[in-house]
Amino acid sequence: MYKILNKETLAPDEKMYVLDAPDIAGKTLPGQFIIIRIDENGERIPLTIADYDRKKGTITIIVQEVGKSTIQLGNMKKGDSIFDVAGPLGVPTHIEKYGTVICVGGGVGIACIYPIASAMKQAGNKVICILGARTRELIFWEDKIKAVSDEVYITTDDGSYGRKGFVSGRLKELIDEKEKIDRVMVIGPVIMMKVVSEVTRPYKIKTIVSLNSIMVDGTGMCGSCRVEIGDEIKFACVDGPDFDAHQVNYDLLMNRQKVYAREEKEACNKCKQEGNVNACK
Amino acid sequence: MPVSKKKTPMPSRSPGERVKNFNEVPLGYTEGQAVEEARRCLQCKKMPCVAGCPVEINIPAFIQLIVDGDFIGAAKKIKEKNSLPGICGRVCPQEDQCEKLCVLGKKNDPVAIGNLERFAADYEQGRGKVDIPERARGNGRKIAVVGAGPSGLTIAGDLAKLGYEITIYEALHEAGGVLVYGIPEFRLPKVIVRKEVDYIEKLGVEIKTNYIIGKTHTVDELFEMGYDAVYIGIGAGLPMFMNIPGENLNGVYSANEFLTRANLMKAYRKDYDTPIIRAKRYAVVGGGNVAMDSARVALRLGAEKVYNVYRRSKKEMPARIEEIKRAEEEGIDFRLLTNPVRILDDGKGWVKAVECIRMELGEPDDSGRRRPVPVNGSEFTVEVEVVIMAIGAKANPLLTVATPDIELNKWGYIVVDDKKGMTSKKSVYAGGDIVTGSATVISAMGAARKIAKVIHESLSS
Repeated sequence: MYKILNKETLAPDEKMYVLDAPDIAGKTLPGQFIIIRIDENGERIPLTIADYDRKKGTITIIVQEVGKSTIQLGNMKKGDSIFDVAGPLGVPTHIEKYGTVICVGGGVGIACIYPIASAMKQAGNKVICILGARTRELIFWEDKIKAVSDEVYITTDDGSYGRKGFVSGRLKELIDEKEKIDRVMVIGPVIMMKVVSEVTRPYKIKTIVSLNSIMVDGTGMCGSCRVEIGDEIKFACVDGPDFDAHQVNYDLLMNRQKVYAREEKEACNKCKQEGNVNACK
Repeated sequence: MPVSKKKTPMPSRSPGERVKNFNEVPLGYTEGQAVEEARRCLQCKKMPCVAGCPVEINIPAFIQLIVDGDFIGAAKKIKEKNSLPGICGRVCPQEDQCEKLCVLGKKNDPVAIGNLERFAADYEQGRGKVDIPERARGNGRKIAVVGAGPSGLTIAGDLAKLGYEITIYEALHEAGGVLVYGIPEFRLPKVIVRKEVDYIEKLGVEIKTNYIIGKTHTVDELFEMGYDAVYIGIGAGLPMFMNIPGENLNGVYSANEFLTRANLMKAYRKDYDTPIIRAKRYAVVGGGNVAMDSARVALRLGAEKVYNVYRRSKKEMPARIEEIKRAEEEGIDFRLLTNPVRILDDGKGWVKAVECIRMELGEPDDSGRRRPVPVNGSEFTVEVEVVIMAIGAKANPLLTVATPDIELNKWGYIVVDDKKGMTSKKSVYAGGDIVTGSATVISAMGAARKIAKVIHESLSS
């Protein structure tokens, strides 16, 4: 059992949890993830480690409530315990001094980009972050990210905060304005990562995306998370989650993310019928 | 009373009934049936059957105890050599091991040793109280075992009895390895696995789940933590695909994923959250036990039609004859000498059909089996919504990549000193599928027993 030491609501459907997991915290590096199981009947859910504290032995995860399990998790409180937590999984993000690095975080990906921005800064890079979301209340961790960045830009789809528009538009402007961008790191919805990678492709800027495909074990055993990278099949859990953005077959990934759409909807309906709080908005 | 030439048949649920749920298919012997079968044993002095047992159970002795009506004694006799008898009685390929060497088998059926092993184990478990054998006094030595599958559990049990302090590190959330993620409930009920794992724990073994060695801790860190030796029994868990067009469509599973969802995650039960695709028609590709298991799971998920597509003929199938027979009884449609060439799309990213080609058998290949050769122009399609690839597994590199000083062969399996199970890294031993490639539960257990002796000799000298 892994105790929830702290919980914060970052945005309407986005919750932050600090978990007591010293062995995992001791080994985590930016870009890695964990697999959790809420209770004995739960599914295995992969979640990016958004922050970690080796001294305190804690890891931080951000959960977006999208289905039965994540809503159930969203209803858990400080002091509750999560049944299983395994990790850290995946290959850590490659960090080195490249020069100027742009880190793009979209939606809940804002949380995932934080440890990478922080490590890139520590490695001596100039770090520029672009954070994007649908609307103002979905932007979080702005101060935290500012503290590890040289510049931070914000976009919202509806213009309620920062620049109106998408992260991809802001990124293109920055590339055109700045002298030289050495690397772009992107985490967010697949469609956003696809669009961003098309922005950087003509400039030949090395771009890295973190892929969130469906997983079961997270250790290379099941092959559920297979993705097409160039002409090769890779497993996001053990070969990734980071891949060269310009090699990823995003359409395949988007299709594979829909495998259980029907089952998820059924689970949500069942939850609603049983009168579970907040079930499946 | 004359002794029967035939094995005492084990009662079993009817095909029509059993495909409706995941309950166990063979029901086990009654006491009377067990005694009747045990009486068939000739009690040969030379005990040829024992030579066929990878863990060297004293087979005639435990059978005699059944004849004598001392069923608990029989279970204890088995457990002197095998800590997992309820599991082995169900999943060992006895026809290729102990029973193959039974003298009775020369003219008649051999003694049903596997059925008797299962009977003794179930009898003891059914009594509710399982005695824990005496353990040697703690010797202060600590051993880390990586992987709580058949070999890891075996070596842990053996060394714990000898007085070692054992910790098993398991990557998944449950102990058992292939016994819990791979083998379905109807062939090996998970309550049996749980009870036998409990027994290992009662021997003093600590099992830490959710620990991925290579990630949460490295092998070197285990030594820093004070372990005197490390045993690696991580199995061969990387799924293989055919690399044919359409393999990434929605509806294509590796057998590992399909079975893990069904078995470990219990996706077939409504009270569990993990989803699994329920479809009308499935095709399972491959001819091993894993393929038979996948096909039978698909049936139980409510499929109307399940095809087994295999490129050779039935004779070459690596699955146990008993498993093929059960699959046939349940209505699996075998498409032999058939190989998929591509998987067709329904236009929305889902599987619509498999295009197959007929095969014929040519000259024998390296495995000694006749090589299947495609018949030109014989392509045809089979309409299905789900395709399950059960064509074998490879070594999972997660631990070995993080431990570069362990020597691997060209397939990524760990190289060991044959007799002792020693790897190229000091005090690190390995056994089971990560050394041999995919094999059986009992062969992994056999390797573990031998290595337990080696570790004991090395640490007590």
